[in-house]
Amino acid sequence: MSESMAPPVRAFAPVQWVRNNLFNTWYNILLTLVVGYLLVTSLWPLLNWAFFDANFAGESPSDCTSAGACWLFINQRMNFFMYGFYPDELQWRVDIMFALLAVAFVPQFIERFPGRRWFGIFGMTGLPIIGYFLIPGGWFGLEEVQSSKWGGLMLTLILAYIGILGSLPLGVVLALGRRSEMPIIRGFCVIFIEVWRAVPLITVLFMASVMLPLFLPEGMNFEKLMRALIGLTLWQSAYMAEVIRGGLQAIPRGQYEAGSALGLGYWRKMRLIILPQALTLVIPGIVNTFISLFMDTTLVLIIGLFDILGTVQSTVTDPAWQNVAIEGYVFVAFCFWVFCFGMSRYSQNLERKLDTGHKT
Amino acid sequence: MTEQMQTQQDRSDGDAVGSAKAEKTIIRVEDMHKWYGQFHVLKNLNLNVAQGERIVICGPSGSGKSTFIRCINRLEEHQQGKIIVDDVELTNDIRQIDSVRREVGMVFQHFNLFPHMTVLENCCVAPIWVRKTPRKEAEATAMEYLERVKIPEQANKFPGQLSGGQQQRVAIARALCMKPKIMLFDEPTSALDPEMIKEVLDVMIELAGSGMTMICVTHEMGFAKTVADRVIFMDAGEIVESAPPHEFFDNPREARTQKFLQQILHH
Ligand SMILES: Nc1ncnc2c1ncn2[C@@H]1O[C@H](COP(=O)(O)OP(=O)(O)OP(=O)(O)O)[C@@H](O)[C@H]1O
Ligand SMILES: [Mg+2]
Repeated sequence: MSESMAPPVRAFAPVQWVRNNLFNTWYNILLTLVVGYLLVTSLWPLLNWAFFDANFAGESPSDCTSAGACWLFINQRMNFFMYGFYPDELQWRVDIMFALLAVAFVPQFIERFPGRRWFGIFGMTGLPIIGYFLIPGGWFGLEEVQSSKWGGLMLTLILAYIGILGSLPLGVVLALGRRSEMPIIRGFCVIFIEVWRAVPLITVLFMASVMLPLFLPEGMNFEKLMRALIGLTLWQSAYMAEVIRGGLQAIPRGQYEAGSALGLGYWRKMRLIILPQALTLVIPGIVNTFISLFMDTTLVLIIGLFDILGTVQSTVTDPAWQNVAIEGYVFVAFCFWVFCFGMSRYSQNLERKLDTGHKT
Repeated sequence: MTEQMQTQQDRSDGDAVGSAKAEKTIIRVEDMHKWYGQFHVLKNLNLNVAQGERIVICGPSGSGKSTFIRCINRLEEHQQGKIIVDDVELTNDIRQIDSVRREVGMVFQHFNLFPHMTVLENCCVAPIWVRKTPRKEAEATAMEYLERVKIPEQANKFPGQLSGGQQQRVAIARALCMKPKIMLFDEPTSALDPEMIKEVLDVMIELAGSGMTMICVTHEMGFAKTVADRVIFMDAGEIVESAPPHEFFDNPREARTQKFLQQILHH
């Protein structure tokens, strides 16, 4: 019998790689040179603008003397971009929430972090509960802060977080309902999904802020933010339901039958057998929906809520600061990119972790 | 001759099943019909299965064998007649269906293991959630059965990492972990390569020796000859013939049976 051997180790040699991939034929050499030239000529001015010629320090618009970006504008207005009109002396409450958010989700990116699962569970249960009491205040001797004063990144995160947290379970229920054998339940879910999916989010938000109060009985008026949140979550859950239904449909009938044959009832079968597989299958679609939800939160601007884009937009027109629009929007883009890229990376981690080598 | 008499006659062939137990009829199918839309798949089926009896069902493709055994644990619904399993009649009552399914294990042609769970979890999920067995105990039982099907060393792998024969043995262990009174097999070896068929059949033969009530749809005639108390031949949704194996193979009474046997034995 022959000895079993370890698989050969593949060394990574950068020089070798470059030679094999970039300079292997004359046309590849040409292509590499052209692309390299374009990169250098376009990247250089960009770096100059963003870093080398940029102004970082200073207090007022007059300190932006050199030709590059005026980042001190972002610095100066950072408070507004983060908290909106949330009173300065109470911002520690929001800071606690930011910190808890980091505590809950940063471990999710570290493979070997002990008990990271519990941090995630905290992020989905404890965190929103704490936020519910801490941010608006009005309990336990905390001073109340009207939701009309919330704004900036904090508001964007609240909208996205509640939207995500609410739309996933709602989407699951709607998707299951749409595949139910009971005609009333199925009919309700089909109508719900098709109605919400056919309406643009802008319309939903308008309706929530302008029309809903007309229909609600006197005295039963929620705050504008609450109405926007409900509209956003319901609208998103219709999309989520369709993504999840795609996953449910991809599960072979044999899985349902094996579950039934073992005596598992409908809910146990769904929870233990079908949903774990269906959700794993559609992680890319789910995260895609999350990301677009995250971006769509910027639409709340039109009903007078100031999310991060809204706060930036209202400051770049400040006559005291000249020509800072680009800096402002680059900053917004960067903030969105950080969060969306984070979600995307996390979903890829998750897919890898949940892959059990089953391909049918 | 009624089915009841038929069963007793089969018993008297001297097969070595505990004779006291053999009196109890555990599955009773009476005048059962099933339709798929307009298509009459199962026509007037009658069958009594005694506890501990081993039955092999064979017949040409599309004759309704799978549909029939899937009616026994209500994966398919019948429209007329009665099916009584372990004294519980299968009706639309979900509780009755669940209580029957707890006592009836099933092994499928394509295994249908849960790919997102390890082998051990596959075996434990139903005992834990349906029978409310404590996890420790369920795992111990699962290991016992995995040993019986001779793959304890695979317990922590995922189904996708096993060969077909190993997967089917896990599927058998998974069904056995519920400690069912009856086992249904729907062509358990027909998706397997020849060299894996034997390892699965060996497990089934061992199980038959332990006194389990078994109904197997299979074309493994060797298995039918060594293990079955009774062989049932179905064609076009009907039970055409039902006889002990030596009679069935040596002197089939019906012309359709003879034709089928010729085809299956001469290819
Ligand atoms: N869900 C269904 N809807 C309609 N017709 C069906 C359905 N399932 C099976 N049939 C039909 O019922 C008949 C019996 O099918 P069944 O699967 O029971 O046959 P079988 O004896 O198990 O055949 P095989 O040996 O190929 O597995 C076939 O003609 C088949 O086409
Ligand atoms: Mg079949």
